[in-house]
Amino acid sequence: MDQYTAEKLKSMVGAKNYFDSKEDKLVYSYDGTPIYQQLPEAVLFPQDEEQISQILKLANLEKFNVVPRGSGTGLSGGSIPVDNSVVVVMTRWNKIIEIDEDNLTAWVQPGVITRALQKEVEKLGLFYPPDPGSLNVCTIGGNVANNAGGLRGLKYGVTKNYVLGVEMILPNGDLLKTGGKNMKDVAGYNLRDFIVGSEGTIGIVTKILLKLIPKPTKSITLLIYFDKLTDAGKTVSDIIASHIVPSMMEFLDNTTINCVEDYTNIGLPRNSEAILLIEVDGRGGEVQEDAELIRKIAVKNNASALKGAANEEEAFVLKTARRSAFSALARKMPTTILEDATVPRSELPVMIEKVSKAAKMFDVIIGNFGHAGDGNLHPTCLTDERDSKAIERAHLAFDFIFNEAIKLGGTISGEHGTGLAKKEFLEKVAGPVGVDMMKKIKKAIDENNILNPGKIFTISPKCEGILPAKREQIKDFHV
Amino acid sequence: MSKEIQYKELLKILPDDDILQQCIHCGMCLATCPTYEITKLERSSPRGRIKMIKSVARGEMEMSRIFADEMNFCLDCQACETACPAGVQYGRMIETARVVIDQTEYVSKFSVEIKKFVLRKIVASRNGLKIVSRFLWIYQKTGLQKLIRATGILKIFSKNLSEIETLSPLIADKFSDTQINEIELPTGEVKYKTAFHFGCLMNTMFADINIDTIDVLKECGCKIITPKDQVCCGSLMGHNGDMEFALKLARKNIDAFEKHDYDFLISNSAGCGAFMKDYAHLLEDDPDYAEKAKRFSSKVKDVMEFFAEQKPELTFQSVISKESSTRLPDRQAEKSSSNDIQQISLPINRDRNDNHKKNQNVTYHDACHLIHAQKISTQPREVIKSLPGVEYTELEEASWCCGSAGIYNVVRYDDAVKQLERKMNNIKNTKAKIVLTGNPGCMGQIKHGTQKFNVDVEVLHPVTLIKRMLKK
Ligand SMILES: Cc1cc2nc3c(=O)[nH]c(=O)nc-3n(C[C@H](O)[C@H](O)[C@H](O)COP(=O)(O)OP(=O)(O)OC[C@H]3O[C@@H](n4cnc5c(N)ncnc54)[C@H](O)[C@@H]3O)c2cc1C
Ligand code: SF4
Ligand code: SF4
Repeated sequence: MDQYTAEKLKSMVGAKNYFDSKEDKLVYSYDGTPIYQQLPEAVLFPQDEEQISQILKLANLEKFNVVPRGSGTGLSGGSIPVDNSVVVVMTRWNKIIEIDEDNLTAWVQPGVITRALQKEVEKLGLFYPPDPGSLNVCTIGGNVANNAGGLRGLKYGVTKNYVLGVEMILPNGDLLKTGGKNMKDVAGYNLRDFIVGSEGTIGIVTKILLKLIPKPTKSITLLIYFDKLTDAGKTVSDIIASHIVPSMMEFLDNTTINCVEDYTNIGLPRNSEAILLIEVDGRGGEVQEDAELIRKIAVKNNASALKGAANEEEAFVLKTARRSAFSALARKMPTTILEDATVPRSELPVMIEKVSKAAKMFDVIIGNFGHAGDGNLHPTCLTDERDSKAIERAHLAFDFIFNEAIKLGGTISGEHGTGLAKKEFLEKVAGPVGVDMMKKIKKAIDENNILNPGKIFTISPKCEGILPAKREQIKDFHV
Repeated sequence: MSKEIQYKELLKILPDDDILQQCIHCGMCLATCPTYEITKLERSSPRGRIKMIKSVARGEMEMSRIFADEMNFCLDCQACETACPAGVQYGRMIETARVVIDQTEYVSKFSVEIKKFVLRKIVASRNGLKIVSRFLWIYQKTGLQKLIRATGILKIFSKNLSEIETLSPLIADKFSDTQINEIELPTGEVKYKTAFHFGCLMNTMFADINIDTIDVLKECGCKIITPKDQVCCGSLMGHNGDMEFALKLARKNIDAFEKHDYDFLISNSAGCGAFMKDYAHLLEDDPDYAEKAKRFSSKVKDVMEFFAEQKPELTFQSVISKESSTRLPDRQAEKSSSNDIQQISLPINRDRNDNHKKNQNVTYHDACHLIHAQKISTQPREVIKSLPGVEYTELEEASWCCGSAGIYNVVRYDDAVKQLERKMNNIKNTKAKIVLTGNPGCMGQIKHGTQKFNVDVEVLHPVTLIKRMLKK
């Protein structure tokens, strides 16, 4: 990017919202994704829609790239800068614009922190269910862009089930408004659902209309211990098959249990091979009945112990512990490469076994946990990015895991998105026709390929072999 | 020395690669960082600072004014350490980074020297601090400040001198160590053998709290040994880059207490307690002291932690004052209404407390050095809620740093006030009449906040509240 462009950008957003010191570039060179990083040319904090529109128009003219960013907790590299790019940070857009108690909706800016919105609506007896593990930090904009899931996904669905409308600036600078407070709407293509999960590649979201629901009044939280991994998997499949829909059904294996216990000290069973954290909620007597049924299923599947949270506080502590799982695993090794393989729920016990097998076959440590109720596992490889041999083995193990997941009818990413980290596997899941269609859509909307290029898919030769261990090894991200 | 060589020298003392490597940049710490909350810039976040330190340590980036400024902007409150599931030792990184930047051109030599002088010669020496305190006392009582202001000596700290003046709490007119006997015995039988570290600020600026602590401990049945040859715990020096001196003090303290027979070493100052609990770790490589330090640290207890664990019996007046329902009574009033007495143990269960008229609306602020450094948060609440007549309201963002942060509120007054304002608003929202906190730094800062932001609340150490409620 040349001096002229830099000056122009600076005058667009104002000098105090423009950063290009080496320190600032450095600290926007990463997100939550391991290994990948790249320096941007500048970091911008636009103040209004008009400024975003101007930035994008200039990008088309001067041929630089634009990467939208929320809190940077993404795990697939969605907000990591690409070549010759500026980062557009949306965290200061953090106003809750309106909570409509008659229509049960909320208009928010994209930089609102997920947990902050939940706290506000819960004060009114309302509920915004999507709760990714990062909810205290991540933004609604990032959740929409990645269609984030969470612990409650099993019963309440994921972000896309709550997005009613979106306003976004398209790559050519136009403002798109789609959706609205109507609960039903079939006029034309469903642009709204297409935008959710588009990973910041087709526009910068500036306003979001969300659906709210009444807050459940009753909940029971259970913690079940297992001496055998497969018994836990079997319990999950049995619960689903018995037509109970818990609001949460989380799985942690022994490695994860120990790391989380090191962090939280709440007395998790260090010797159990697995635990399930299950919550049932609702408004009446069915909650107790469901909990009872779950207990019976667990006992039948050789659960070694079953505990109930005594009160909401205790339940909260357990859930917080679960949310820390990914980061807590870093206690063991400095690099944690986390995956997001998802399989049909009936296949969960098989998948859990395949993950253990991969760890043994390729001699890597894998901590496994995840949203078991959704069939969504996060096998996390504990390794050290300074050891290229180890990284190679991790890569092979994940190759194996992905292939097994796909064989079981699963997918490579349940909730974290494709981004940079998983794009080489996309075709295996979406098929050549699907990927081709995606590329055509992208081309039609973003003619010059300036908005978050190289994310999700790429046209240039894809990265073969091992995951890059150093920045220099990372190929240009141009499509 | 050429600039390059100088950097290399400095880099050597940054934490080793394994410590730096621990951060997986997941961002889970961002939400708890008071400085990130203000700027919303990644460089003012723990994750950003770690990344910068890492790059400097690996020689990938040069130190700079921005780097130095962000390191000093950090409150070292360690909220990020509590939040970090990966166990990143942020405190060690930031403290080392500060030592390094103190030696660069980005921080004035003069202020570094002054900092060292103040910490070594004044805070660490009981007489030094006493002289300064006595001086401050005179200063507060006589209006000597005009003279001082004219000399401009304190300008090196900050431009807002006139504001800072009100930061220094009203100095007690007597220091506590002159009033506490080396051995204090309870009136009844000895139930606990304890020792007491009186802390340098507590001893001079908050001497009353030390006296209250001793009084309450005596009521609990504690024999209390307060060795006269104990010294400053070393925490302020340790956190400000003078670890060598801090360890000297640590060894002196270990020697001073080692001679006595006790089971608990009570501290009522969060910062001192945290640092003394850390002696074991800090001296683990010292062959002469490793074992002794371990023994010493294992006995250290914050006074609230001691109450919560030992549940000593205390006799309270159950109805504090019949006239006034909001303000605490003065001692006169206490005496006239002492006919309703109850013996209870701390912490008592709620049922018994519920029998009392709730006439004391209190809230509690977590000192960083209690909640983050010592992981003590439930214990003080448990004790406070159990006090008869206490109506407890939880403080929103109770664990958010008040901005005091060691000497931060002196060297970065403006930034500290931003945090203080947030704290005072939250305190105001509780409608409490008393805010309790277990650290002298926080007490001074919040007291300053009551004046600056005009909040009608009394700032007390929990032991002082207990003392007031005891049967006379
Ligand atoms: C410990 C931990 C636990 C997690 N748990 C979960 C989980 O349970 N479920 C889950 O789904 N995810 C989880 N995540 C992943 C991550 O938190 C989510 O993907 C989250 O939605 C990212 O939000 P963010 O604000 O950090 O966005 P970023 O990471 O900054 O960005 C994510 C993507 O969104 C785009 N983007 C951001 N803002 C905008 C905008 N305004 N307009 C257009 N595009 C935008 C970016 O370009 C990028 O592609 C977890 C992450 C961590 C670190
Ligand atoms: S310090 Fe801890 S919580 Fe913060 S980014 Fe690093 S690993 Fe995550
Ligand atoms: S110590 Fe406090 S101010 Fe410093 S980075 Fe951590 S949370 Fe932020």
